[in-house]
Amino acid sequence: MLIRRAPDLRYSDITSKSLYLRRREFLREAAGAAIGAAAAVAMSPLAATVAAQERQGTGHGSKLANVKKSPLSTTGEKISTWDEITSYNNFYEFGPYKEDPKENAWRLKPRPWTITVEGYAEKKGTFGFDEFIHPYALEERIYRMRCVEAWSMVIPWVGIPLKDIIATCKPTSQAKYVEFVTAFNPAQMPGQTTRMLPWPYVEGLRMDEANNPLAILAVGLYEETLPNQDGAPIRLVVPWKYGFKGVKSIAKIRFVDYQPKNTWQVMTPNEYGFFANVNPNVDHPRWSQASERRIGEFFRRKTLPFNGYADQVASLYAGMDPKKLY
Amino acid sequence: MKPIIIVKRVIFAAALIPAAALGYYTYQGDLTANPIEFITHFTGDWAIRFLVITLAITPLRRISGWNPIIQLRRMLGLFAFFYATLHFLTWFVLDWFFDFRQMAEDIAMRPFITLGMATFVMLLALAVTSTQGSIRRLGRRWTQLHRLIYVATATGLFHFWLARKTVVQQFEVVLIAAVLLLGFRVWWTLRTRLHRRPSVAH
Repeated sequence: MLIRRAPDLRYSDITSKSLYLRRREFLREAAGAAIGAAAAVAMSPLAATVAAQERQGTGHGSKLANVKKSPLSTTGEKISTWDEITSYNNFYEFGPYKEDPKENAWRLKPRPWTITVEGYAEKKGTFGFDEFIHPYALEERIYRMRCVEAWSMVIPWVGIPLKDIIATCKPTSQAKYVEFVTAFNPAQMPGQTTRMLPWPYVEGLRMDEANNPLAILAVGLYEETLPNQDGAPIRLVVPWKYGFKGVKSIAKIRFVDYQPKNTWQVMTPNEYGFFANVNPNVDHPRWSQASERRIGEFFRRKTLPFNGYADQVASLYAGMDPKKLY
Repeated sequence: MKPIIIVKRVIFAAALIPAAALGYYTYQGDLTANPIEFITHFTGDWAIRFLVITLAITPLRRISGWNPIIQLRRMLGLFAFFYATLHFLTWFVLDWFFDFRQMAEDIAMRPFITLGMATFVMLLALAVTSTQGSIRRLGRRWTQLHRLIYVATATGLFHFWLARKTVVQQFEVVLIAAVLLLGFRVWWTLRTRLHRRPSVAH
């Protein structure tokens, strides 16, 4: 039986419903367990309703048809399970803990969805999601995902090569970078009502990085539509960079002539930079980046330069100081 | 039975609930996709909470005037040490698996880990000198030594702050509680001095 406790007065600034969903946080805070048991009995009908909604938002999506395999997929590694990929990740729009996205992402409505293309491009405008991705063939791309927090997974994304989308948008010669912006919708993304991060989340790539064949916009996982908590309906995947570069639930794509100010760099400039290439030789100020824990494994493993994709991407950074590439 | 004995037993049992919950999660295999990280955060959260709960005893005694409550202080302090020890062992065994070189580098190079380690060493010193024998032997110096809990709270909070990349409620709650409890001591000391002064002037 789940023991639930009514919200404490201390937490007046978040909705009681979202607190209610935080079973684990509650247990961590279980100092007043006796009072909680009484409150849980009183509130259990509400909890049941919320739990039903929660399940709805986090289950499997619909099957994607005609997904091509890609020679660019990583081979020879054990692929992380659906449960691992969908229950443990950072998505601060749904809360600061890695269990939060799964618990809260049911609020997000990934359809109807629009994507706005702005800036130095010939084909600008606002497009419905299906219209936006319709011209492209979907590819499965199995990639390692290395979080800046020193854990990693292997994820079978389904996506579209970013370079193909860029080609359609026809950026002009003034476009030097691509900036991606997550949707801003605090009603659906409760984290955006807090000041944890400056919202909306922003990320960016230099134009040549964005045109690298490895870069994709992912719309699926395990040949199904992307679950909300992993960034539905469309997110960036750049496997040679730390995971925070993979901006989720993208609403805007801008072709710009400046280096975008990505959210984590704005938040903590001494810890996070623009390039964020996986680099075992440049430590995070709070921990070493030399090793990582693959989810599901006990022992740490060595982190590879560019997350093991150096052959495909190292040339992008020829002549640059690797110390600046964090 | 004296009321304080009953209170003490109830709180002892309650203080074991987090450890029991952790055991239950482990048994259920419900430790998230990254169990080591989960256990690290869980034990660390409870260590700092018990540290702050320990700081509440003296103010509660002063406000309530119920002196026996002081008997809870050592027990709660030892629970803070208990969860801090689990937290330390998680790091030492599960996270780094006795990789002494890497752990030494972290302690030396990264303030985040340095602060955590310093906090643990202070709590260790307080725990080993928490016996009746130590109180007798150290006398006045025992009181001075045990003021280290204020330093350990500060370093522990700083370590907690560095563990997160942004402000989260759990941190805010613990920080506010610690500030209030330490503030109470300052206020109480000042008040006591101000009350004395007029009688000296007469």
